Amino acid sequence: MPRKQLNIARSIEYLSILDEHGNLDKDLEPDIPAEKLLELYRAMLLGRRFDERMLDLQRQGRIGTFPPIKGQEAAQLGAVFQLRPRDWMVPAFRETAAEIWRGRSLESVILYYNGFNEGTVISAKQKDMPMAVPVATQILHAVGLGYAAKYRQTNEIVMCFFGDGATSEGDFHEALNCAAVYQTPVVFVCQNNQWAISVPLKKQTHTTTIAEKSLAYNMAGIQVDGNDVLAVFNAVGEAAQRARTGGGPTLVECVTYRIMMHTTADDPSRYRSEEEVKAWEKKDPLPRFAAYLEQKEILDAGSRQKIEAEVLEQIQTAIDAVEKEMPKLGDPRDMFNHLYAELPPYLKNQQKELTRCLENGGEVKNG
Amino acid sequence: MAKMTMVQALNLALRQEMTRDDSVVMLGEDVGPDGGVFRVTDGLFDTFGEQRVIDTPLAESAIIGMAVGMAVYGLKPVCEIQFSGFAYQNFHQLENHAARMRWRTQGRLNVPLVMRAPYGGGVRALEHHSESREAYWAHTPGLKMVIPSGPRNARALLVSAIRDPDPVIFYESKALYRALREEVPEEEETLPIGTSQLVREGGDLTLIAYGAMLQPTLEAAAELQKEGIEAAVVDLLTISPLDDTLIVQSIRQTGRAVVVHEAPRSFGPGAEIIARLMEGAFYYLEAPIERVTGYDVIIPYFSREKFYIPTVGRIIEAARSTLSQ
Ligand SMILES: Cc1ncc(C[n+]2csc(CCOP(=O)(O)OP(=O)(O)O)c2C)c(N)n1
Repeated sequence: MPRKQLNIARSIEYLSILDEHGNLDKDLEPDIPAEKLLELYRAMLLGRRFDERMLDLQRQGRIGTFPPIKGQEAAQLGAVFQLRPRDWMVPAFRETAAEIWRGRSLESVILYYNGFNEGTVISAKQKDMPMAVPVATQILHAVGLGYAAKYRQTNEIVMCFFGDGATSEGDFHEALNCAAVYQTPVVFVCQNNQWAISVPLKKQTHTTTIAEKSLAYNMAGIQVDGNDVLAVFNAVGEAAQRARTGGGPTLVECVTYRIMMHTTADDPSRYRSEEEVKAWEKKDPLPRFAAYLEQKEILDAGSRQKIEAEVLEQIQTAIDAVEKEMPKLGDPRDMFNHLYAELPPYLKNQQKELTRCLENGGEVKNG
Repeated sequence: MAKMTMVQALNLALRQEMTRDDSVVMLGEDVGPDGGVFRVTDGLFDTFGEQRVIDTPLAESAIIGMAVGMAVYGLKPVCEIQFSGFAYQNFHQLENHAARMRWRTQGRLNVPLVMRAPYGGGVRALEHHSESREAYWAHTPGLKMVIPSGPRNARALLVSAIRDPDPVIFYESKALYRALREEVPEEEETLPIGTSQLVREGGDLTLIAYGAMLQPTLEAAAELQKEGIEAAVVDLLTISPLDDTLIVQSIRQTGRAVVVHEAPRSFGPGAEIIARLMEGAFYYLEAPIERVTGYDVIIPYFSREKFYIPTVGRIIEAARSTLSQ
């Protein structure tokens, strides 16, 4: 038997439209109406400013641990901008900006990071999954949702977010494999932010890109500049179109950077250099997009300030509202709610036990 | 003797065992230059290098699955799973392989691995970071399940766990990591796995606890003493194999018992402990045995977690209740 070449090798495309120096590839520039571009800018700015306020609040002890998103606004919003309300979104744990775009309130984010289960409530209008803290586990849910949408012929698609670290988990590979086998309408959006806590990409995977992992499953894959919101918008748009028209799943790798700590409990100075962070700060997606909008005369200093002020006010209003609301929350008996559709008798007894405990000022006899 | 936190004591155990025996290797997420998210492996990377302190990709199944292979080969892998709530991704490697390798090869192969993982609530952690699910492991034949209650016994038990020829699940209470300091000797100290300790004498009733619950249980005993009630306190240290001799002996003397754990109540470790007491001390019992435990709910996010975790007050109340019967 001879050795021969099997013809399965494909290559991976890299897409960038507006680079960090402000160079625009006019041929690739997406055709987005001015008011939509402004909406996108506003959402990115809101994501950024809210993140900054959250960090302040955390440092003042007014909220608990949370994972900052700074630097990843373009990857999140460029992608989620391509979803219709009736499509599904499946986040990991660092998609605050995308979740807010989809309708999650700032208040609920603050509540969640203050340790209140109420912060996970998803409004009936939103076809979103709750954030998933265990890494990569949600990727399979996206495939199941996609399968169901295809089964019901609803023409809905599913967008699933995860990080570079998540691509090492078995669940990621199982999800991509199943999605390809069943040709489910799923857009997998990997935010490759270079670090999974202290583990850099080169120790996470031996491949050159994350996108090329799509090749092994015979699905479409592309790598984009994740700090270029136009590139993300275009690549995810193509993937969404493919999913909507029966073309199956796509893996989109957004190359970006986690500017801040992994979570507020992490100290990145132990494992990465200031120079690296500085170099990436120069690629910040936000000023790049603002410059583009100014060049197009969609944004000017005046409107920029106005949006800034509006966003800050929106954040302040949410903080004031939730801080007023929070002291009224916290009835611990709520811990028994929503565990089962109907509370079984033994749990009713335990709930009563806790009630007695509260009435006795914290002491209780077990029943 | 130096006064150490549990984090420092565990670090000492790892450092000394790795120095003594070059078959001991560490693997896990962020255990290298970062020193682990709780810094238990701090500095080990610098001393022992990347071949022995292995920063793995984010893959719990790979960590334990590779450790099974390493252990069969003769290495002694100590795996760190970042939080016990993420050990379900590797559950099957422990259940399907590590736990039964000896049995299914009729003694030919064994798996001397240790899986270390922080467990339990009380530190205002994120979702999935506060569960207490030791019963899953204790329910698996072939695994050992160890939970230290303080710096000194944590160090001694970890050394024993590393030297143990069987797979050991080693749960470390996050709430205890930095909460207290104890004298820990620099020279080698071990504690046999599978033995409990009487940490306080008393003739009126026996309080049984382990891990993070030992401290509130001891506080409750001290409070009860003010009322003239003498409570014996037993620290289990190992959940499986469960040492029932000491607790049976103690209950035969006191006739009354309260079991305290943070895990949910139903089918929890307390149920097994009470069954053992029924088998070994039924005719000595003077009152029903009480359980002070977490409720059978998912531990609430941190704003309400203090109402889930057993408190000194709840333990005292349960003690009074058994004494009044
Ligand atoms: C199954 C699992 N293992 C470990 C963790 C702890 N952990 C939380 S986030 C994280 C790193 C995730 O990296 P990546 O997927 O790249 O996402 P990023 O944090 O960079 O956004 C780790 C190890 C977890 N949450 N779930």
